[in-house]
Amino acid sequence: MTRIELTVDGAKVSDDVEPRLLLVQYLRERLGKTGTVIGCDTASCGACTVHLDGHSVKSCNVLAVQADGAEVTTVEGLATDGALHPVQEAFHEYHALQCGFCTPGMIMQAADLLAENPAPTEEQIRQGLEGNLCRCTGYHNIVRAVQHAAGTPGTTAAPAADGGAA
Amino acid sequence: MTTTEEAPTAEAAHDGEIGRDRRRKEDHRLLTGRTRWTDNIAPPGTLHLAMVRSPYAHARITGIDTRDAQASPNVVAVLTGADLADTQGVLANAWPITTDQVAPEHKPVAVDRVAFAGEIVAVVVARSAAAAVDAAELVDVDYEELPAALDLKDAAAATPENGGALAHPDLGTNNSARWIFDSAEAGTGGDVEDAIAAARSGGILIEREYRQQRLIPAFMEPRSVVVDPTGEQITLWSATQIPHITRFLLAATTGVPESKIRVIAPDVGGGFGGKLQTTPEEWAAFAVARRLGKPVKYTETRSESLLAAHHGRDQWQKLTLAATTDGTVTGLKVELLADLGAYVALVGGGVPVLGAFMFNAIYKFPAYRFDCRTVLTNKTWTDAYRGAGRPEATFAVERLMDELAAELGRDPLEVRRQNWITHDEFPFTTVAGLTYDSGDYESATAQAVEAFGYEDLRAEQARRREERDPVQLGIGISTFTEMCGLAPSRVLGSLNYGAGGWEHAEIRMLPTGKVEVTTGASAHGQGHETAFSQIVADRLGVPYEDVEVLHGDTQVAPRGLDTYGSRSLTVGGEALALAADKVVAKAKPWAAHLLEAAPEDIEFAHGKFTVAGTGEGKTVQEIALAAFAAHDYPEGIEPSIDAEATFDPVNFSFPHGTHLCAVEVDTETGAVSLRKYVCVDDVGTVINPLIVAGQVHGGLVQGIAQALWEEAVYDDAGTLLTGTLADYLVPSAADLISFDAAHRSTPATTNSLGAKGVGEAGTIASTPAVVNAVVDALRPYGVHDVRMPCTPARVWHAIQEGSAA
Repeated sequence: MTRIELTVDGAKVSDDVEPRLLLVQYLRERLGKTGTVIGCDTASCGACTVHLDGHSVKSCNVLAVQADGAEVTTVEGLATDGALHPVQEAFHEYHALQCGFCTPGMIMQAADLLAENPAPTEEQIRQGLEGNLCRCTGYHNIVRAVQHAAGTPGTTAAPAADGGAA
Repeated sequence: MTTTEEAPTAEAAHDGEIGRDRRRKEDHRLLTGRTRWTDNIAPPGTLHLAMVRSPYAHARITGIDTRDAQASPNVVAVLTGADLADTQGVLANAWPITTDQVAPEHKPVAVDRVAFAGEIVAVVVARSAAAAVDAAELVDVDYEELPAALDLKDAAAATPENGGALAHPDLGTNNSARWIFDSAEAGTGGDVEDAIAAARSGGILIEREYRQQRLIPAFMEPRSVVVDPTGEQITLWSATQIPHITRFLLAATTGVPESKIRVIAPDVGGGFGGKLQTTPEEWAAFAVARRLGKPVKYTETRSESLLAAHHGRDQWQKLTLAATTDGTVTGLKVELLADLGAYVALVGGGVPVLGAFMFNAIYKFPAYRFDCRTVLTNKTWTDAYRGAGRPEATFAVERLMDELAAELGRDPLEVRRQNWITHDEFPFTTVAGLTYDSGDYESATAQAVEAFGYEDLRAEQARRREERDPVQLGIGISTFTEMCGLAPSRVLGSLNYGAGGWEHAEIRMLPTGKVEVTTGASAHGQGHETAFSQIVADRLGVPYEDVEVLHGDTQVAPRGLDTYGSRSLTVGGEALALAADKVVAKAKPWAAHLLEAAPEDIEFAHGKFTVAGTGEGKTVQEIALAAFAAHDYPEGIEPSIDAEATFDPVNFSFPHGTHLCAVEVDTETGAVSLRKYVCVDDVGTVINPLIVAGQVHGGLVQGIAQALWEEAVYDDAGTLLTGTLADYLVPSAADLISFDAAHRSTPATTNSLGAKGVGEAGTIASTPAVVNAVVDALRPYGVHDVRMPCTPARVWHAIQEGSAA
């Protein structure tokens, strides 16, 4: 067991974990952060995407011990004071989700993409979301939503009050 | 009505709920991670399961040593098929398509023999999922390998005499069933052999063989099941499309009374037919939980999902189309081999039969014969995948119409126009015996052709051909229809299906004015909570916000037949509309009584009962409160205006549409890229255009993926090679383009909503549109077919072979 201390969605947490424990398992099983989901076992689908120190990572591809000392933001920490993040708002407005299973990862990836490139082209959006699979939407409305969010104030701001980008 | 989809319209601009772009009620919990996936559920003391699976396609189990696993830390039990033999039940085949169908018994955990790689041979139960997986590695199974039946054609030909491998040697054959429809025998048309003979001597005969490759539904949420046997009932949560059918079959096959079983499908992350199954994993978890008296949970890995959740398609299609030299079709003969995999799945045997009525599509074939054999092999079982039988049929006929046009040297649109049913011919009884109630193929096609810029693209194609551009342009057409809205119960009965096709709904008028609605349809991404709220709000005249739709729990919505076959709206939505009408009818005498008027003087509009000619009125919500109090109401009626309804459709519904696809094919590398995709779908009355467009987009991509990327591949030993999402190529945003998806509306005449269903349309239509485009690009190179998926290698080889010929 290894002791880790980190900040998740603005809250400081500390636990003893097995070195083999994945960050996504730590989030789901130890912290009850079940908003982040597991869609595959080869880091192909991106459903588990979270922000680690302000940048998107596939949390199935990060060990919990690697997050020691880091700030993690999940989809559960993206809204600020009850107000949805512009990417969340845009996904709702443009019907960019159906079953919603890929949505947490897709939103976290889209938010990261817009933080790096506030005015992406459609091509850049499609390339930027390449690591996140959706089986329901055909991506059409996801791309629309991200285009819309790109023009919305606050999109590139820190995702959460205490757990935002460094 | 014609709507071209672009930016969503403002909600406030719309009068009435039907046809309104409501943003979804479901979204908030999904956007913020406050979801209830099955894998999130863990009652106190939950034990975790890991499955030990066969690495062999076909083998006898000669011994299982569980001692090391049993001794492993935190392991509670290791159970084999023999341990569970008396309690695990069997997995049912609900659709034996013939009375003499040959089907092996399917035990959830194999007892003495495994019939596909991935079959469960033992279940490890531990205090954590990690401990269960660790211990599963320690279970030592001895196998004696048996010859495996893998190739579909070889399997169909195998007999004990010729020494061909049998998937289940005790059955003596791999052929499960043969199912034939012949229009001459059915009295719905002529003799196809006559048509073929005539075409052979002085007409046109198109003979082709097409492969429908094996696909994997690949829903995003891996399957998961939790069983809690504590308390009076056994509760089973499952990532399933079919909680009601699951409950019935658990009871029927394990002997546990149905009333003692509650099945809940909480948030379910996609299905596409892939979760239209009763699974070995569910049955094993149910048996283990009952045996141990403790809650258990099993969540599959993606690799297990790709390996063991049912696959789809997998057919060989031998096709003969007869036509006259002027391009009029005269007959169609279909000879089909369908790969069932190792077991006859829940409705797997019937999937090709669903296609049997659709090969003739929108065309006026005077003679038709469909002859299908279902075949057992030592591969993962197959069953419904989005479209289920109808994509296969549509692919075949739409490819053939392009081949006929090529043979005639005519525009493929023109040949279709010559042969399709015209709008003034509806209702039209087809050569397959179905009655299409409504449609307008001319208008949908005209709109699509306009939006596509068909003539301009043909001109560009001609230019590129002339210039010998290494990147050629191809244009693909698919003018499809489908039968959906499953299904009239009597028709299902005549096809030997094991259940009905009705759907149930209930409306509970709560005293606070809120409206609680239950539906037996079980959503997994379709937006029932939103669309069904719109229907109820419209019919009852109550605010949309006041309607709450509950589903996916056999205790909350006890009657239902669940979600598949694009049935939720046409059958489930109609049940809801009928229930709403009953609420209004029940509330009317209350209104008359409270308003001191005669019932015949009471009018109902926009949620309010009024006395004709006066301004006085009571809303249906006010009456709900009056009925709750029940202080003052007429003699002879019950103190409730709640209502329920069960709707059994009288016919299928028949959405249709015209899909046009342009691709660019690099003739030097074989790479295909999408250039433009336009579709105009007629799905009848649209309740929510935003949801409909989303269904079409997603459907398109699954169909496009079959054309270009996806295939489940096995090696010669029966091992699945495409066992991860790195190998099974579900497309990403970077592989795709934006679509121009519009809809028209010729209302269905067989339900009061006028709805036709949209869940499968995009998938059914798009595959042939894309392949037709690829082949169209390469016709100058002597190419007449490219096998799916049209990978760069296959396209390149087709060019080399075509050019050499």
